Amino acid sequence: MSRSNELTKTAGAFDIRNVIGVLLGIFGIILTIAGIIGLSPDEAERTGGIDANLWTGIGLVVAALVFLVWARLRPIRIVDDAAASGSVGSSGSGSGSGSGSGAEAD
Amino acid sequence: MEDIRLDAQWVDYLLIAIYFAFVLGIGWFAKRGISSSIEFLLSGRSLPAWVTGLAFVSANLGAVEIMGMSATGAQYGMPTMHYFWIGAIPAMLFLGVVMMPFYYGSKVRSVPEFMRKRFGTGAHLVNALSFAIAQILIAGVNLFLLGTIVNRLLGWPLWVALIVAAAIVLSYITLGGLSAAIYNEVLQFFVIVAALLPLTLIGLHRVGGWDGLVERVSGDGMLGAEQLNSWPGQQLSGFDNPVLSVVGIVFGLGFVLSFGYWTTNFVEVQRAMASKSINAARLTPIIGAFPKMFIPFIVVIPGMIAAVLVSQLSEFKQISSTAGEAAAQAQTGVNYNDALLLLMREVLPNGLLGIAIAGLLAAFMAGMAANISAFNTVFSYDLWQQYVVKDRPDDYYLKVGRFATVGACIVAIFTALIAGNFSNLMDYLQTLFGFFNAPLFATFILGMFWKRMSATAGWVGLVGGTLSAVIVFILAETGVLDLPGQGAAFLAASTAFVVDIVLSVIVTFMTTPKPAAELRGLVYSETPKTDFDDPNEPKPPIWKRPAPVAGVALIMVIILNVVFS
Repeated sequence: MSRSNELTKTAGAFDIRNVIGVLLGIFGIILTIAGIIGLSPDEAERTGGIDANLWTGIGLVVAALVFLVWARLRPIRIVDDAAASGSVGSSGSGSGSGSGSGAEAD
Repeated sequence: MEDIRLDAQWVDYLLIAIYFAFVLGIGWFAKRGISSSIEFLLSGRSLPAWVTGLAFVSANLGAVEIMGMSATGAQYGMPTMHYFWIGAIPAMLFLGVVMMPFYYGSKVRSVPEFMRKRFGTGAHLVNALSFAIAQILIAGVNLFLLGTIVNRLLGWPLWVALIVAAAIVLSYITLGGLSAAIYNEVLQFFVIVAALLPLTLIGLHRVGGWDGLVERVSGDGMLGAEQLNSWPGQQLSGFDNPVLSVVGIVFGLGFVLSFGYWTTNFVEVQRAMASKSINAARLTPIIGAFPKMFIPFIVVIPGMIAAVLVSQLSEFKQISSTAGEAAAQAQTGVNYNDALLLLMREVLPNGLLGIAIAGLLAAFMAGMAANISAFNTVFSYDLWQQYVVKDRPDDYYLKVGRFATVGACIVAIFTALIAGNFSNLMDYLQTLFGFFNAPLFATFILGMFWKRMSATAGWVGLVGGTLSAVIVFILAETGVLDLPGQGAAFLAASTAFVVDIVLSVIVTFMTTPKPAAELRGLVYSETPKTDFDDPNEPKPPIWKRPAPVAGVALIMVIILNVVFS
């Protein structure tokens, strides 16, 4: 058990917050562009005249930023430095990790 | 059934493709953390509470929940809220506050394993086998629904859709194990919200806001304003008498069915077991309760909107109120289960449509992935390691876990074909839960708080309870008992619960109890309070302690019940 406990710290280094942030961000940007291009008359009839793509797109970009900023402000800390360098996260998560106490953020 | 072709365009397919790239990418990334069976099957017990909490909700937010609850919303309206506010939240809070310390604190790797430690192999074998079989069946149901949707939306043949979907689930679980399943569940949660929240808001805008919805629902000429109040919910429970209806919903759905499901179902408990400390494990279902209480607003409400906004569906509802559902479906080509798809087609522009399709496909796959990832743990640890091949090195069981995943996906494809022959999936699942879960809950709760309860009582109670549920079900099916709606499922579960308790008590007094020394961590009175705290960790602040947070959730759900009664 004790050996696997050390390894678990590296399993946590793959930070899901960055993945959520990047995916929602990509979705948000595509929808925002679709919203700026505008709706066809048929689509406008469906939504009752609201540019739903634009508003959802903006909402998603904001949500994406919240996750990316959260991951940046409260990074996951890792006990084992050697294991940490082999772990993967998106580029934003690197700065705070890799050293410090055993406690993870949240 | 008629096709409901959604007018998907390249931007929609682009969004769906990006999503699937992320799903498979997560499996691939999660693979790097895996070097032992405990990491593959329990995520190495390393995840924070908000991740496991969202996964806890998502694992249940599969095809049955989303399509089934919006369908029930279209049919009955607000009483559907009971499946969330009465049928889920109290049990989730109870699991976190009362039962989780035993599951996590006893260091078992599965719910059946707790059964083995407390009651020995008799009860364990019954529990492990029935759970494994039920998971394969339910995985098949999820897969079938997924295949049907792909078939009707995109026109792919059912068997192609089944195989492609199973292959995607298989690839990310065999690669990344439970971590991949959990991470994908968390991701799926946000994609579903991103799809269903705009759908609900645009739908509300189209019917003239909340007031417009209230006006159109109460003036629909059928159930009318009854659909706007959650209580007493006679249509839902099937009881004419309002008092009986409330009792039926609170005891049948709220107590026996829901406590049985949420507190003993390893699919759910496994998410909490993957968390990093006993406090995080207890917080998992409690944190999950907060999103859970608001999910009906983006699932049930769209169903209600669809029933008044989409002309095909309101026509179906009109005809079925006089001539029955079969005739209505024959004339209109749709039924209640199509509510969400019809609303998507009615109100979503291209772009949002892509996100909505991705969200639905994600939900169906995640439901199946949850079943499979719980199945492979029980199969590897509780069946294979316990009864077939013991005492091998760990990487042997890691391999067994991967093979079990492949086997389960293949079997699920065939179960999906069987599930296609059952017309009402919700009833079918309720029945399964009633058979297995209600007696399990009775046995667990007695076993955790009554140290005298003997090992024999454990398995006798389980078998007797399950059999009594089956007998009630057969009596109801053959017409000996006449109970409409969900009445038969409620009664079967309640009977199983009572029979289990009575048998357990009788058998206990006829047999010898386990020695008290073997019950530490398993029975409340034999476990020192300090066992329930995390060693080496400071006492968490009040907003991270299970009981106070659960109290807040309970107050919120009571307020919701009052506001929408």
